[in-house]
Amino acid sequence: MDAKLKKDLQKIACKVRMGVIEGTYNAKSGHPGGSLSISDTLTYLYFNKMNVDAKDPENADRDRFVLSKGHTAPALYSVLAQKGYFSVDELKSLRHIGALLQGHPCIHIPGVDMSSGSLGQGISAACGMALAGKISGKSYNVYTILGDGEIEEGQVWEAAMFAAHYGLGNLVAVVDNNGLQIDGPITEVCSPEPITDKFAAFGWHVITMDAHDFDSIDAAFEEASKVTDKPVAIIQKSVKGKGVSFMENQVGWHGTAPNKEQYDQAMAELNAQLKELED
Amino acid sequence: MADVIKKATRESYGEALRDLAEEYKDLVVLDADLAAATKTGIFKKAYPDRFFDCGIAEANMMGVAAGLAAAGKIPFASTFAMFAAGRAYEIVRNSIGYPHLNVKIGATHAGISVGEDGATHQCNEDIALMRTIPGMTIINPCDDVEARAAVKAALDFEGPVYMRFGRLAVPVINDAATYKFELGKGVVMKDGKDVTIVATGLMVNEAVEAAKTLEAEGISARVVNIHTIKPLDKELICKCAKETGVIVTAEEHSVIGGLGSAVADAVTECCPVPVVKIGVNDEFGHSGPAVELLKEFGLSAENIVKTVKEAVKLK
Repeated sequence: MDAKLKKDLQKIACKVRMGVIEGTYNAKSGHPGGSLSISDTLTYLYFNKMNVDAKDPENADRDRFVLSKGHTAPALYSVLAQKGYFSVDELKSLRHIGALLQGHPCIHIPGVDMSSGSLGQGISAACGMALAGKISGKSYNVYTILGDGEIEEGQVWEAAMFAAHYGLGNLVAVVDNNGLQIDGPITEVCSPEPITDKFAAFGWHVITMDAHDFDSIDAAFEEASKVTDKPVAIIQKSVKGKGVSFMENQVGWHGTAPNKEQYDQAMAELNAQLKELED
Repeated sequence: MADVIKKATRESYGEALRDLAEEYKDLVVLDADLAAATKTGIFKKAYPDRFFDCGIAEANMMGVAAGLAAAGKIPFASTFAMFAAGRAYEIVRNSIGYPHLNVKIGATHAGISVGEDGATHQCNEDIALMRTIPGMTIINPCDDVEARAAVKAALDFEGPVYMRFGRLAVPVINDAATYKFELGKGVVMKDGKDVTIVATGLMVNEAVEAAKTLEAEGISARVVNIHTIKPLDKELICKCAKETGVIVTAEEHSVIGGLGSAVADAVTECCPVPVVKIGVNDEFGHSGPAVELLKEFGLSAENIVKTVKEAVKLK
């Protein structure tokens, strides 16, 4: 990847992370850990991959995105705000009464293509969107991100079977493999491993990538674009809480908001990262 | 009188989908390995490119329907009521109801008249479940003519619709030449002043027959067909409560949460009169021929007559 582009994406991803911290801090609730682990991927999708326009969010030919792991809405909202679907200030009212930004993605929010959050359901909706595009002769692609804990839901595998059966080559499902779910490490709770083998066995083209390296992300999505006869699963190795030192790889940060002191420290760290990128 | 023509509303569903496909280009049909039973096979035969079998995976089918609708298609997701409203309830609620997507759910084999398959497949709870989802429209047609009209009305309506069809062949009581379907409007099948029988689905014919018997015995019964259970025609129900003073409801569904409950809810607010419910009581069904089961569970003209005679004493 071009060095300038890479740096630009890193800067945006840093701002996306700040939005996650801002949102969950002000909400006094929410899910920062899994939001931070998908921030780079979301940044890449919205700023370098997907054919979307904040000024024309309902365009019938646009690429679609479904956040199947809907609890990480703070990351989606933050990237949509950076993209201009609504003001960055909106993030401060996340989860508040009367606010635009609901606790989980809602289709009525500008830029959100599907309501989601009850785990296992987003991938089915993504399949439906991909099928609609295919039978209508449209060239749009559909992207979805699932959690590695989420794939314990049986519906995910119903959808995996369906997508392969109908040859949905316009569908890319990313599995955010940060290794942690609410009750602990995924391998200890009720292991969904081996994840890559499972998707391959279901008839998907499987790619692995480093979720925090834009060269790796770029290579994975470039490869995915070349696959047109079957759905693609990208298993991204990620770090839950990535970018905020004390949140990294800590299961406790799955669904806990930072307090004032933690907010200040997180923002100081992210500001320092941004400054380093801007120097 | 000419011989009574009988037809299962699931058959009407499959035929209506086929007949409307040419006019409605965005109409697509999904099924979960039951096309031969839900009768979407009729559509599949005519439009194989617009039919998608999801296999025995109803949760995913409802989610796929949501995605298709979000991308501009009008999907008819079809399976037995037990799986559409039961197994897939939470997907219908969160992926279809909450985003208010334009998905039509064709639920066949509703109620006790599933017959020999027994309790696991006799869904007497679907109306109750679907009623609780905000913005969900529920249609339960009484015969072939109404079922076809209901499919067309669902297509013309923007938003989620749950349509309930039966396995058993039932008498065709409406005249196709003059019939008009109005979503959300009850139909007065027969006027009367002593009692109103509010019926839905296959119980409408039973109510009409019961009213004839009651008339001969000196009780003037009004019969109202409620094909749209949600939104309910509260205006008509309240008018009937005021004018006849007592209501008997009749449905092939649990007495908990179905038509009877909806009518009672409405009447309580506008004109509290006795509401006596005929339906499946708080129990599971069992195997047996459909016609015999309907009799056993009191879903018959005879039981309506008996119940009305008791109900009018409550006035």
